[in-house]
Amino acid sequence: MNLWLILSVNSVTLGGLLFLLSAGFSLIFGLMRIPNLTHGSMFMLGAYFGVSCIAWGFGFWTAALLAGLGVALFGAVIERFVLRRLVGAELAQVLVTLGLSFMVADVCLMQWGGDPISVETPPMLRGATAVFGLAFPTYRLAIIVIATVIAAALWLLLDRTRLGAMIRAAVDDPAMARVVGIRVSHLFTIVFALGAGLAGFAGVIGGPILSVYPGLDQDMLPLALVVVILGGTGSLLGSLVGSFVVGFLYNFGQAVFPELAYVVLFLPMLIVLVVRPQGLFGRVTL
Amino acid sequence: MRRLALAVALLLLATLPYWVGNSYYINVATQTLIYAVFALGLNVLVGYAGLVTLGHAGLFGIAAYAGATLVNAGHGHIVVAVGALAATLAATAMFAVLALRGTGLGFVMITVALGQIVWGIAYRWISLTNGDNGISITARPRPFGLALDSADAFYWATLVVFLIAVAAMAIFVASPFGAAVRGTRDQPRRMTALGYNVWLTRFLAFLFSGFWSGVAGLLYLYYNQFISPQTVALSASAEALLMVIAGGTATLLGPIAGAILVIIMKDVASAYIERWNFVLGAIFVVIVIFMPEGLVPGSVRLWRWGISLLRPHGAPVLRRESGR
Repeated sequence: MNLWLILSVNSVTLGGLLFLLSAGFSLIFGLMRIPNLTHGSMFMLGAYFGVSCIAWGFGFWTAALLAGLGVALFGAVIERFVLRRLVGAELAQVLVTLGLSFMVADVCLMQWGGDPISVETPPMLRGATAVFGLAFPTYRLAIIVIATVIAAALWLLLDRTRLGAMIRAAVDDPAMARVVGIRVSHLFTIVFALGAGLAGFAGVIGGPILSVYPGLDQDMLPLALVVVILGGTGSLLGSLVGSFVVGFLYNFGQAVFPELAYVVLFLPMLIVLVVRPQGLFGRVTL
Repeated sequence: MRRLALAVALLLLATLPYWVGNSYYINVATQTLIYAVFALGLNVLVGYAGLVTLGHAGLFGIAAYAGATLVNAGHGHIVVAVGALAATLAATAMFAVLALRGTGLGFVMITVALGQIVWGIAYRWISLTNGDNGISITARPRPFGLALDSADAFYWATLVVFLIAVAAMAIFVASPFGAAVRGTRDQPRRMTALGYNVWLTRFLAFLFSGFWSGVAGLLYLYYNQFISPQTVALSASAEALLMVIAGGTATLLGPIAGAILVIIMKDVASAYIERWNFVLGAIFVVIVIFMPEGLVPGSVRLWRWGISLLRPHGAPVLRRESGR
């Protein structure tokens, strides 16, 4: 199969994973004005939870859901008991999330050890599937489908439900949203847990591709940052576009300039910063 | 009184190798001074300009990497120092132009991303930086013919640089430029109205801060004779930031006290547990939640609060209204 086609499929897959990661990051930033530096840790924590769930005998998908729920719960606890105490002190919130990310990383190292753990692809999705006469790895196609479904669900949630309308109102004008009777602090907990849960879920389903290792959090966090700076904060569409741009740059960068792939990744972010600091689809200026 | 305290402190610092004796502790003191220079530089941006950055270890690392490359290319001390600092200033200017596109949280996010770029180069651009293995230099350079190989000699050389840094900070704080920088932190709009160029003031503060980070990075390279991607990781930036906020931002002595605290904690912690990162994270969380004004003033406040709990309550005080 054509090398460029493989790269493209891999890029779209990575883009899908990044979307799951960065959609939450972007919503949290848009709503709560927190650059949540624990977001990479949520991804890694989810992946490790998934590994443990699979080891306890759960199936892959059950494990992914359980890990997502577990991380969502963890996120809700952090929001409710730590970040809530610091409302308004944005800088303090950044520093707390940074401190928490170091603690999570160290606890994971203690609990799961320093060796990379590979996650088995679920048996149903091994091998390749023929699409238009070309063979594609089935699991990667499955990730693309899942990401698409979740993107659609998130869009429906934000655009078509009462909860979504309240979240959008709170992103645009938190003070006015409170005045009309929306309990913005409840939304904070919901959105933070949702973002954390999506990141944790992404960690598990990314496992068969990326494997799980210490430092996964530090690898994913900058990617989420780039996506959000690129696409703009508080915008689902921005996350989607940003994720695929980063996915393509990362894979093609690695193929063309192996040593500089990591730097190539940041170039469009720098250009966007200079030309359009609020991001391509930003609702909230940085 | 203040002058006396200053003179005693100087005397103690200058004679430290004599009364400490053990070269291990002299080396700890040297490291503390190096990180104090770094924290002083970072404080210009975090404390006085009010711009919190999490990418400063990148600048520290660029100086060290540039220095190591130049030393290994066979250049003398002057070329190494000038070259490394010039490279740092150029990188700082780039960092500043990009990061100053955002304010507040945007600024933080951009500096995190920039710091990660430097880390990515250090870790992945193997032909330039030797990747994870890092770069070693064979010997400490001999500036002006002085041998810096012994712990004592290197301590004194570091002390001289440290004192110059402190003096530079004192002059900066007292200067009109220092006042302008504080002005852009507190009232950027009024500063604009008064005819100051806020962007340029911040840019220059960034350069000044980056310069001293570079000096510290170069000292770090000479001290360790080794540089690896670990030095430019996000946790290194966080550690430096912890020094600044632990001691109290926007004070002259705060970053120095913070550097002493963090280095000692790291030294003590690593003797008992191998999980320094966990301790670092926990300290961050505790400081931010319980002592947002910094470790030293915060401890004093908590101490007084503790004492007041122990005392029997006298006349009823008017209940303080909570802010709801």
